[in-house]
Amino acid sequence: MAFWIASSPHNHNQTATSALMRLVIYAVLPGVFAQWYFFGWGNIIHIALAITTALTCEFIVLSLRSKNKTQNISKQLFDGSALLTAILLGICLPALAPWWISVIGVAFAIVVVKQLYGGLGNNPFNPAMAAYVMLLISFPIQMTSWQPPLDLINIDLGFTNTLTAIFTGFTSDGYSVEQLRTSIDGFTMATPLDTLKTNLGLGFTVFETIENSMFSNNLSSGLGFAFGWEWMNIAFLGGGLFLMAKKAIAWQTPISFLLSLLVCSIIAYSISPDGSASTLFHWLTGGCMLGAFFILTDPVTGATSVKGRLIIGALAGLLVYLIRTVGGYPDGVAFAVLLCNMTAPLIDQYTRPRTYGHNIDSVKSTITQEKANEKGEVK
Amino acid sequence: MSIEKDSISNEKSAEELSEFNAESEEQITEKLLAKQALKAEYKELAMQGLWKNNPGLVQLLGLCPLLAVTATVTNALGLGLATLLVLVCSNATVSAVRQWVPKEVRIPIFVLIIAAFVTCVQLLMNAYTFGIYQSLGIFLPLIVTNCAIIGRAETYASKNPIKQASFDGLMMGIGFALVLIVLGAIREILGQGTLFDGAELLLGDWASILRIEVMHLDNQFLLAILPPGAFIAMGFIIALKNAIDINIKQRQPKITDQAIERVRVNFDS
Repeated sequence: MAFWIASSPHNHNQTATSALMRLVIYAVLPGVFAQWYFFGWGNIIHIALAITTALTCEFIVLSLRSKNKTQNISKQLFDGSALLTAILLGICLPALAPWWISVIGVAFAIVVVKQLYGGLGNNPFNPAMAAYVMLLISFPIQMTSWQPPLDLINIDLGFTNTLTAIFTGFTSDGYSVEQLRTSIDGFTMATPLDTLKTNLGLGFTVFETIENSMFSNNLSSGLGFAFGWEWMNIAFLGGGLFLMAKKAIAWQTPISFLLSLLVCSIIAYSISPDGSASTLFHWLTGGCMLGAFFILTDPVTGATSVKGRLIIGALAGLLVYLIRTVGGYPDGVAFAVLLCNMTAPLIDQYTRPRTYGHNIDSVKSTITQEKANEKGEVK
Repeated sequence: MSIEKDSISNEKSAEELSEFNAESEEQITEKLLAKQALKAEYKELAMQGLWKNNPGLVQLLGLCPLLAVTATVTNALGLGLATLLVLVCSNATVSAVRQWVPKEVRIPIFVLIIAAFVTCVQLLMNAYTFGIYQSLGIFLPLIVTNCAIIGRAETYASKNPIKQASFDGLMMGIGFALVLIVLGAIREILGQGTLFDGAELLLGDWASILRIEVMHLDNQFLLAILPPGAFIAMGFIIALKNAIDINIKQRQPKITDQAIERVRVNFDS
């Protein structure tokens, strides 16, 4: 009998794409649950819509692209990547955005950003974030119609009301989306980041701003967290830590991203404490944790070397902070992610790790030269 | 004597006549051939300008105005016509002066010629179609730097006679204008749901009836109107063009060499 001879590596990792994607989807669920608890059914409906559209678009493009049509499509269709893109985009959308927002967004993400560049593994940009930016630029009114947390709405917003609001623009009782966005106090609600930015522009201090009911919360009244958003971000953090423990994502990107945000906010806070929010506020509002653990760590569009991941994370943190404080948009995670995706190939090229034993000849030659020089000096 | 002379002259003239006939036949055939060649050349020029070597789709020249002003069909049409006019005039002029232009300084001279025509067009549009002049803005004077125009002057007009050069300019200009109009139509329908919105700015007051509301949009699809949408739509148009080309290629019968195969017959087995 003959032994089967194979070259190294002998230890194979059997995880397939679908297993990894499934793990990430499990990890994102606590965040989705927190979002449902604080903001109602809107995002769940958008996620469902997005998943349906994503699978349809993926199927159409795959059947257009594939040569032999029978077995490949179903495997690629259900590898979970399209599903994950749809879920991530559904989470990012404002809960009461009209239904066609998620349909157009996901169709753009799957068809243009992912499949036109060659499908899974070849897309230079994160599909969910590219689609989010496309939507934000194209439909600024719908994409900023954020719904306040359920506790702060004076209208009871159940499942059917949310569904009709998404599909027709009105709840079954006849309230418009604009009315739903009005809080108990009669203000139109924006996201906490948006409110903070507007108020700082108007000359208020951070401390005056966080007395707004939107910032009141059951964690700590003094810290000025955004109501609802902090639990969502903590849930995403938990999911991210689970992924890290499972080694599904590299630890470098999120850690360096959060540290970079910490450094930026501490510097700003030490310069003008009245005009800049705390680090914890930056960490726990907007899409910070989702971006750090689920989007920046995308194995396709992020950097691949250890140093590269550290650089990408730090760059993303700096960009997010800059866009949040001096940029035109209230939250900058999506823009920062796209900008980092653009730089990833270049960063990868310059942070290529040295292989063991590589470049030994040049080291030897320098050593011999040094020796020769020393001898010359002695003589 | 006279008769003899006459007969001689007759003979001579007959010979001459026959020679002349032969010559004229040759000339006629030559002329016919030349005419056919010219016709083929014109056909080829049209084919090149409109499809095979389209400045917008294949050469990818003049992308700056192509992407910047095609938010509506009216703007696209305005810029397309302006470019067409400049292209025809500049090609004709460059071709007319090609004998006297030194090789070393040809580019500045071409640019001067083009700039002169662009100035004419700009002043005309300022006078007669002020609305479109305003909405085209800087991209009207920027036709001077349109690579498609200077490219045609350099590669074709400076080496060929006036007629062909003008025809080449016409075809290239039409090809460019068509791409502009298609892109403008796609972007206008996606962005505003209309076609020929504001056509009265270009064509006079009667043209306001041209406005078609293709679909009613509550919200503008801003991406289609903004420059990134132009890039994406342009990509799709180029992809469509390439797909059509591939389709045409596949339909043509393949010329295959007759392969000679040898069969070795093994009697042992």
